[in-house]
Amino acid sequence: MIEFSSVSKTYPDGTAAVDDFSLVIPPRKTTVLVGSSGCGKTTLLRMINRMVEPTAGTIEIDGESVMDKDPVRLRRGIGYVLQNGGLLPHHTVLDNVTTVLRLERAPRAAARDRAFELLDTVGLDPALAERYPSQLSGGQQQRVGVARALAADPNILLMDEPFGAVDPIVRAELQTETLRLQRELNKTIVFVTHDIDEAFLLGDQVVILSKGADITQIGTPSEIIENPADEFVANFVGIERGTRALHTKRTGSGTVLVDAAGRTQGVLVEDGA
Amino acid sequence: MNVFADAIAWIFSPDRASGALPLSEAIWTHLAFTVVSVAVAALIAIPAGWLIGHTGRGRELAVALSGAARAVPSFGLVLLLVLVLGVTHKVGASTTAFVLLAIPPILAGAYSGVEAVDRRVIDGARGVGMTEAQILRTVEAPLGLPLLIGGLRSATLQVVATVTLAGYVGNWGLGFYIVQGIQIRDFSQILGAALLIVVLALVLDALFALLQRVALPRGVSAGRAPENEPVRRRRRGPTAPAPS
Repeated sequence: MIEFSSVSKTYPDGTAAVDDFSLVIPPRKTTVLVGSSGCGKTTLLRMINRMVEPTAGTIEIDGESVMDKDPVRLRRGIGYVLQNGGLLPHHTVLDNVTTVLRLERAPRAAARDRAFELLDTVGLDPALAERYPSQLSGGQQQRVGVARALAADPNILLMDEPFGAVDPIVRAELQTETLRLQRELNKTIVFVTHDIDEAFLLGDQVVILSKGADITQIGTPSEIIENPADEFVANFVGIERGTRALHTKRTGSGTVLVDAAGRTQGVLVEDGA
Repeated sequence: MNVFADAIAWIFSPDRASGALPLSEAIWTHLAFTVVSVAVAALIAIPAGWLIGHTGRGRELAVALSGAARAVPSFGLVLLLVLVLGVTHKVGASTTAFVLLAIPPILAGAYSGVEAVDRRVIDGARGVGMTEAQILRTVEAPLGLPLLIGGLRSATLQVVATVTLAGYVGNWGLGFYIVQGIQIRDFSQILGAALLIVVLALVLDALFALLQRVALPRGVSAGRAPENEPVRRRRRGPTAPAPS
């Protein structure tokens, strides 16, 4: 469990990225922080592994404050996937995946075996092991990034807009893979995105943030769609815009659901019918 | 072209093996001054440059110092240091002057190499739990190596040209022949020595150019290759049907 208690982050120039933020992130679930750019969601994520340090408040992992831990040790125990992979361009895929294991001085052969196991887990061809990141596609680089984050088998996985830089088809593929990984590995995932559809797809708990990391609404995707807290949320999740505002339309073969633009989005299936 | 022919004849004359300063010894001392000065400068400037590049602190100071150092006339510096350190320390004095000359380009190469590394790569390295020393050693230093070698390259070129001045204060290096040649008005000797300095500079430059290529980390160069490769067009056979 990760717990934020009254966390604030004010930069020396006076900008408050995060102001009095409290949140409980349940274990073995995916929590998605979603909001427009500049709302402080990445800052929140980076405070968990001390890439950013709070100016006030505490962040605890299983009851222990992260500030009491050595940042290097803390980071090695937490998987971190960056937006653009953040891979080392001069290391092969294999060496990138085993980075943490090598830092921890794991035996070479064991690290190598583990790397191939991970490549398999994230759905990468083992033939890519000797390639360099620049020789891979964006989607493949992201998979290597995920494999690297999983190498030391951490309980927590932080993902910072990991699929922001890949094209929509690859993104959809990677989202499906993330769901599969979560079913198989059961990690505590904290995921940051500005894409509400991605948040609803992946999140067990979705946290909608506005400027200053102010929590506008928190809940399961269903709770948020069924009962948006205010107009901002309704607008953000697309009820106002019409993509999620569906109405029924009777046709000769049954009732269908139509969005505000008049496009048919689905078929209404009566319960028990 | 007679002057050049005379100069080349001077270089290959059997007299060069003997005399006050045999040619081989002059080349050797010239090189030794260059190598030692650049090496000492590198020992000082590389760690300092890496530290500046890694922390981002002291950059302004380094730029200001480098700029000032470039403006110092090297001839004046050599003479000044000989006077200050005393005529018994002529080797030390001239070497110090060359070291001071070599520091700015090496310093600039070291810190700009580290600064040029993609911040996101460093962020990733720190995020997976590398210590600052590990980031410097395994990420910033290897990725910044080509620029560092570029700095060493220009430092070496400046020093190999400036070591000529050592000929003014002692019987060292190829500069000795130039100084002596001016006094005895032997133009083929002046030109011959000058040509040798040029050749020495070109050889060193070529060596560094090669080194810079080798130092480019694999992986950084690997992804670029296919893009730069010219597209091979299939040659159309003589029997190709004419478009109708």
